[in-house]
Amino acid sequence: MPTLDRNLLHRFGLLFVILLVGLGLTFTTDTFLSVANLTNVARQVSINGILAVGVTFVLLTAGVDLSLGSVVALSGVACATFAHPGDHPVVVPIAVGLLTGAACGLVNGILVTRGGVAPFIVTLGMMTVARGLALIVSGGRPVANMSDELTALAGDFYGLPIPVLCFTGVALLAWFFLRHFRLGRHIYAVGGNEHAARASGVPVERVKLFAYGLCGLLTGLAGVVLAARITTGQPNAGQAYELDAIAAVVIGGTSLAGGVGTVTGTLLGVLLIGVINNGLDLQGVSSYYQAVIKGVIIVGAVWLDRRQARS
Amino acid sequence: MLRALDLRKDFGGLTVLHPTSVDFRPGEVHALMGENGAGKSTLMKVLAGLYRPDGGHVEWRGARTDFASPHDALVAGIAMIHQELMPIPDLTVAENITLGAEPCGRFGLIDRPAQRRRAQELLQELEAEIDPSRLMRTLTVAQTQVVEIAKALGRRADVILMDEPTAALSDHEVAALFRAIARLKARGVAIVYTTHKMDEVFRLADRISVLRDGRLVGTVPASELDPSKLISLMVGREMADVFPPRNTPTDEILLEVAGLTREPAYRDVSFQVCRGEVVALAGLMGAGRTEVVSALYGLHPAGSGAIRFKGKPLSVGSPQDALAAGIGMVTEDRKGLGLIPASGVDQNITLTALRSLCRGQLIDHRAEGTVVGAKIEEFAIKTSRASQPIAQLSGGNQQKTLLARCLLGDPELIILDEPTRGIDIGAKAEIYALVQRLARAGKGVLLVSSELPEVLSLAHRIVVLRRGSVAATLDASESDQETVLRHAMPLSRHAHPRP
Repeated sequence: MPTLDRNLLHRFGLLFVILLVGLGLTFTTDTFLSVANLTNVARQVSINGILAVGVTFVLLTAGVDLSLGSVVALSGVACATFAHPGDHPVVVPIAVGLLTGAACGLVNGILVTRGGVAPFIVTLGMMTVARGLALIVSGGRPVANMSDELTALAGDFYGLPIPVLCFTGVALLAWFFLRHFRLGRHIYAVGGNEHAARASGVPVERVKLFAYGLCGLLTGLAGVVLAARITTGQPNAGQAYELDAIAAVVIGGTSLAGGVGTVTGTLLGVLLIGVINNGLDLQGVSSYYQAVIKGVIIVGAVWLDRRQARS
Repeated sequence: MLRALDLRKDFGGLTVLHPTSVDFRPGEVHALMGENGAGKSTLMKVLAGLYRPDGGHVEWRGARTDFASPHDALVAGIAMIHQELMPIPDLTVAENITLGAEPCGRFGLIDRPAQRRRAQELLQELEAEIDPSRLMRTLTVAQTQVVEIAKALGRRADVILMDEPTAALSDHEVAALFRAIARLKARGVAIVYTTHKMDEVFRLADRISVLRDGRLVGTVPASELDPSKLISLMVGREMADVFPPRNTPTDEILLEVAGLTREPAYRDVSFQVCRGEVVALAGLMGAGRTEVVSALYGLHPAGSGAIRFKGKPLSVGSPQDALAAGIGMVTEDRKGLGLIPASGVDQNITLTALRSLCRGQLIDHRAEGTVVGAKIEEFAIKTSRASQPIAQLSGGNQQKTLLARCLLGDPELIILDEPTRGIDIGAKAEIYALVQRLARAGKGVLLVSSELPEVLSLAHRIVVLRRGSVAATLDASESDQETVLRHAMPLSRHAHPRP
């Protein structure tokens, strides 16, 4: 792995911060260190976690995806539309949700590779388009009346929350993929130096298309899970989700310039944001202040990391 | 004036510069000589404030100094011309030259006419005809180099550190640079100079410091040395004949190029490469050599013309096509087209041939580790560990890594574009021996090189390009430098390389 030593240091550093925050919360609140609350944290980070893992792939290629939140909403609405009781078997709405996300991701990828438009612009456009489509498909109203089979996705499986299982599974697969698959290695090469990768015979366009497509697919999954949890397809759901996801990835040590980063780092970034959110809730901090504190922590964490990297 | 006292620098646990003390005097050209990775660039970068020393310190005008950044050093009067060019491509030549020292009028606004004048003056000092209003990205490598030199001259520095300033320059531009250096000397400026070109050292240097493996071997007046003494100091042994004897090529045609054209870069280029043969493309900077080999490798496909490889027509639309057919290339543009800087030496080596180290889509990490270990040993790549990011290696070791990458896929035709640029004699000799081994093994080698001794001693045949056309195809054993140059030079005596 590239820069293994730095990553180890980084991971332990981040783990240390998470434990420190957790320890602080254990002593200042009665509720933090309880099975119920920790399960709750895990449940809450699942959606951001799935998104963050997806966007890790895109960021590794030196791209970016700003359309995550809107695509979550569109996939959720699409899923809910096919999820009325008695309409279709449960796999249909799930597949519709996943494919909607994947389609959005592929469109992003095609515009970036074939169209040569900057990822920032392409996905900014997709952000607006997907939000608009979600409102059009739903008529601007939440799509309710979803079957129990689908909303069961937000429930438990042998005592473990299914969203958490999804997130864990996705993270494991992604870790394995980036480490052991040829295509995973190619993603690092493309992000590290696109021209050199092309000159070395790496199919750069296909690699990028895959990254955006996969990110879209996982965004679709997040949309389905969210719809199941709130038992409706909300066209206004997922506002600014992309920012939390990208923040988690960057806190986890992935470079916005591409070519450097790991899924393990992303996982820790997601956990840190989740624990902080939970802590602020438990402390009864108003959501106005929460936003300010979170922003400061995100920038601070990355600043500390870069300082460490330079020394 | 400027003095290094026991300077030491470590990278990732590897000491690349052992405690070294050198002093630099006004009005003197002080050459730093040594193989790649000997610590020359590192020493310069510490002096220029780019690296913080891990031991010792810099003394400037008699006072102990600690430059925190290149800007501090610049303000104090120390400027550096970097080996790796660092232009800002979307600014004009004038803006690049005056960068950080823009002439300002009232309200801190940039005085454009003055900026332009200043750039013009500096370029004139180097006798270069470059329009200051051109965008940097439209310049050739040689022109970019000239602009970088002009930029350093413009700082009115008392010390100018030049890290291989002539690596990309034509003879005409080198001569102009030398005249500028003479004027600087007369003004009392101290010049610190590195190069891999022997003749330059003895034309320029007053004193020579030799570094070997990160240690100072000694500082000697240039008049007390001659090239062979200097080389033996640099490599620590007497220089054996660097050029291995040539083999006899077969007459089985491997590559046949006919009428290759892409205006305005080159036109109607035809030549052959047989198995076991080394064919060199010679010519001046800008003659179209890199462009022609880029077409064969699919980086910039040709507009028209035919390529036959192993007896069959071949169309190369991308490097993937070339690699699949059995054509490999080592680029002249290490930084732009070669390295994946943040990735380790290991991943850089296996990038092209990764498929052969996979079972299905899965990477066989054990097989990869074995191959990487073998290649690091075979090519004598100096690295603290296989996964060390390649950006931390010296130029010569980076180049050897890229050679290892190219050869791992076992191509039948190997294109080497300036394989020894900016590389020390030891590494050069290794690469020459490698070229010979490849030829003996029945591969075809297509060599692009600006160094005529290299072209004449390695190649069997020399294809001379002049302004994009084949000027002559020569038998290397019956040619000398003069013949090649006569064909390579444009007909008018003082023509410049084409913009």
